[in-house]
Amino acid sequence: MSVGVLALQGSFHEHLAALGKLGVKGVLVKKPEQLEGLVGLIIPGGESTTMARLAEYHNLIQALQNFYKKGKPIWGTCAGLIFLANKAIGQKSGGQELIGGLDCTVHRNFFGCQLNSFETELPIPKIAAEEGGPETFRAVFIRAPAILEAGPSVEVLAEYTLLSNESTKFCSTIENTENEGQCQTGQKVIVAVKQGNLLATAFHPELTSDTRWHSYFLKMLGENGHQSLVPVKVKQDPENSLSSSQIRDLPIFQQTEVLSFEL
Amino acid sequence: MASDGVVTVYGNGAITDPKKSSYAVKVGLAQMLRGGVIMDVVNVEQAKIAEEAGATAVMALERVPADIRAQGGVARMSDPGLIKEIKRAVTIPVMAKARIGHFVEAQILEAIGIDYIDESEVLTVADDMHHINKHNFRMPFVCGCRNLGEALRRIAEGAAMIRTKGEAGTGNVIEAVRHVRSVLGDIRKLQSLDDDEVFTFAKQIAAPYELVRQTKQLGRLPVVNFAAGGVATPADAALMMQLGCDGVFVGSGVFKSGDPARRARAIVQAVTHYNDPHVLAEVSCDLGEAMVGINLNDEKVERYAERSE
Repeated sequence: MSVGVLALQGSFHEHLAALGKLGVKGVLVKKPEQLEGLVGLIIPGGESTTMARLAEYHNLIQALQNFYKKGKPIWGTCAGLIFLANKAIGQKSGGQELIGGLDCTVHRNFFGCQLNSFETELPIPKIAAEEGGPETFRAVFIRAPAILEAGPSVEVLAEYTLLSNESTKFCSTIENTENEGQCQTGQKVIVAVKQGNLLATAFHPELTSDTRWHSYFLKMLGENGHQSLVPVKVKQDPENSLSSSQIRDLPIFQQTEVLSFEL
Repeated sequence: MASDGVVTVYGNGAITDPKKSSYAVKVGLAQMLRGGVIMDVVNVEQAKIAEEAGATAVMALERVPADIRAQGGVARMSDPGLIKEIKRAVTIPVMAKARIGHFVEAQILEAIGIDYIDESEVLTVADDMHHINKHNFRMPFVCGCRNLGEALRRIAEGAAMIRTKGEAGTGNVIEAVRHVRSVLGDIRKLQSLDDDEVFTFAKQIAAPYELVRQTKQLGRLPVVNFAAGGVATPADAALMMQLGCDGVFVGSGVFKSGDPARRARAIVQAVTHYNDPHVLAEVSCDLGEAMVGINLNDEKVERYAERSE
């Protein structure tokens, strides 16, 4: 009984580390057969185009769709959110394969290029109510997507309020593609949702030390009638332990800047 | 905290936008590139082939390193028009190279809104003493290194990502292996030291003590570390990953080969499945001709890696 992390590309080590902190063993998934026996799956951040290509090469798309249809919880962060959406705009020419399931329209690169990447204290009332802790979450948005439209069955967990100068900037991004004049100053965009067994965030909880989103997802595994993953201190299995493959975790950025160069 | 947003370093005429981009955001994009392949491209067609193959980012250039080697002359930042054209054509992040120490080229690249700047020894060096002070930019930088000291000096200057240099444009992986082994070997040595001995170690490798201490604690570089310079086959790429890198830059190796689309796809798959010899065998079949490559025993071959410390 373990949680999988899709390990085609991107921040999967960071997710494993976050799960490890909660005492849960994560398993790297690169091939369809590795999905067997998992109770849930995390699709990490990364380049969604790349992940879609790699998933196609190994027939993972179909396997992931079946995984979702079996009612097993999937959580997508950033690229993972795009993967789970029914419709994504702003894709590469020719489009990309999506798993689908989430009744949303996602703009693939809503917040623009790296210059527009940012971090913010995002209000997360629902998560704070269930998991405790501060009312806000340090959310890191990296060339991030956003949800433009969400269907009635989708529960909105967090919204980001665009600053006035940002909304013009982002509007121009959107006009470049196909959705004109959708945003106004002070408009809110949806950046975290839940629908049934799907959870999706446009930002990267795996890049910060706050594990509330991970713990929220682990509770979803219980909700779905599976044996609940009670956080137990698991000894790292050498098979999946990072040290065995020489790969170690990057610093998970704390509330204060970890990397400072003062001497 | 050193100087994010401090603009006085370059004198009164500083242009750099002081708006802060936190170090976490800069390193964050590199973290999203982990486990991926970054490919050198010289035009829109190649950029599309790279994207289609599953590259996580492209490096927009006028000439790939193999051509820079063959043609000689001064290699500079690419035409911003070309970079913008490539940026419009693809959805994945676009990187571009600036000369070492040439902070105005970096300002121009920041102004056109690319995603990452490579302060690269492949281009002709503009300042033989100083690198760009990368804290002054909102844009993240990747820099080359041959050993741990060099890597940590670049991080101290503000680099948010490191690549081992290898020897670009040669199609010969020996230098890439040497540099990766040097960096990771030094980290292993560092970990075996007593805390009291770290001060002298920092002095010996000429790196800031604070970063050396942090590297010892983490057991790895504090930023994402890619391999570069000489990767030409899926096996080369997987070798870099098994040695312990977070991802791979492929320069001339893809578009100087017989079947670029196929080779690009194979290298992308090799990086994902780097520890699965069955997949590696499968993707290595029928790739057509690899780039010819240069024998590095030849003294006359210029070593780009030695251009900066």
